[in-house]
Amino acid sequence: MSDLPEEVRSWIGQKRYELEGEFDVERGYVFTSCASVQNGNPLFWDEKVANELTDGFIAPPSMISVWFRPHYWAPDRKEQAQPLQVHFDLKQRLALPEAVMTDNTIVFREPVRPGDRLRTHQVLRSVSEEKTTKLGTGRFWVIDVEYENQRGESVGTESYTGFGYRRQA
Amino acid sequence: MTRESLTLDRVKPGDTLPELAVDVDVTAVVLGAMASRDWRPMHHDKDFAVERNGTRHIFVNTPHNAAYFERYITDWTGPRGRLGRIRFRMKDSVFPGDRMVFHGEVTEVAKDETGCGWVDLALKLTVGEKTTTECTARVALPVAVDDNPWQRRGERWRP
Repeated sequence: MSDLPEEVRSWIGQKRYELEGEFDVERGYVFTSCASVQNGNPLFWDEKVANELTDGFIAPPSMISVWFRPHYWAPDRKEQAQPLQVHFDLKQRLALPEAVMTDNTIVFREPVRPGDRLRTHQVLRSVSEEKTTKLGTGRFWVIDVEYENQRGESVGTESYTGFGYRRQA
Repeated sequence: MTRESLTLDRVKPGDTLPELAVDVDVTAVVLGAMASRDWRPMHHDKDFAVERNGTRHIFVNTPHNAAYFERYITDWTGPRGRLGRIRFRMKDSVFPGDRMVFHGEVTEVAKDETGCGWVDLALKLTVGEKTTTECTARVALPVAVDDNPWQRRGERWRP
């Protein structure tokens, strides 16, 4: 990483973008997510089953990143906030206009429940040397996103590998 | 989905999960992006996806991909199955018009020090002959009919 800008190097290992979700976890989004993949798990649809197994309704674990993503518009917002802001910072600072996510690991801990208000922060773990793939030339990076509930309990950790690149001319 | 749940004693390495086929259309891709509050245009604007991303159409986003794998796994385990960890590598994109097929195999069955039953899975998503996503997952299953992995907390939950 010898050619990595000092500013980017300083981000590695730092806790950044601590924020709280804009809204409480709610079942409307749970239904939309389940509908998008036709998930009929009764934990999300049947109160009797949810009460018996999970002490009430929970959200699908894979929705963990949904609860803090900003909406498309909000009053008085000057700039469009971005989920995974570190990813967009890297694109901008390294002048890599395009990017894709190539690898995603999620560890699930306490269940997320309707009414929870999640908090999150991001940590840049690594940035690669420049590499060329079929998409173009750029760098791979790994970003961890930690999530916890309003009681300070970890609900999970998500680790993303992204590839920022310039398309071949 | 059945309300019955698999128990650990009914699973062994080499077992395969029933395949799941899903036909993808534009609405599904957009619904998945909206459900995950992902407003980036490559998941709903074909012109943007083609001209800026160099792809042939809009494509399924990462959280939507994760939600499909969760559904695939818990369709198999039943509601007592509790996901501990999932890892996936998206090797290629899924577009409207594609038929996705999910495949899975049990790679390991074990109990941890706390007595929690774990199954490791090797999964993949194919479109035609192409593997678009490779995935591994670790899911807790009841070790007996009266066991419930969802009741595990703190040190008793080691995903």
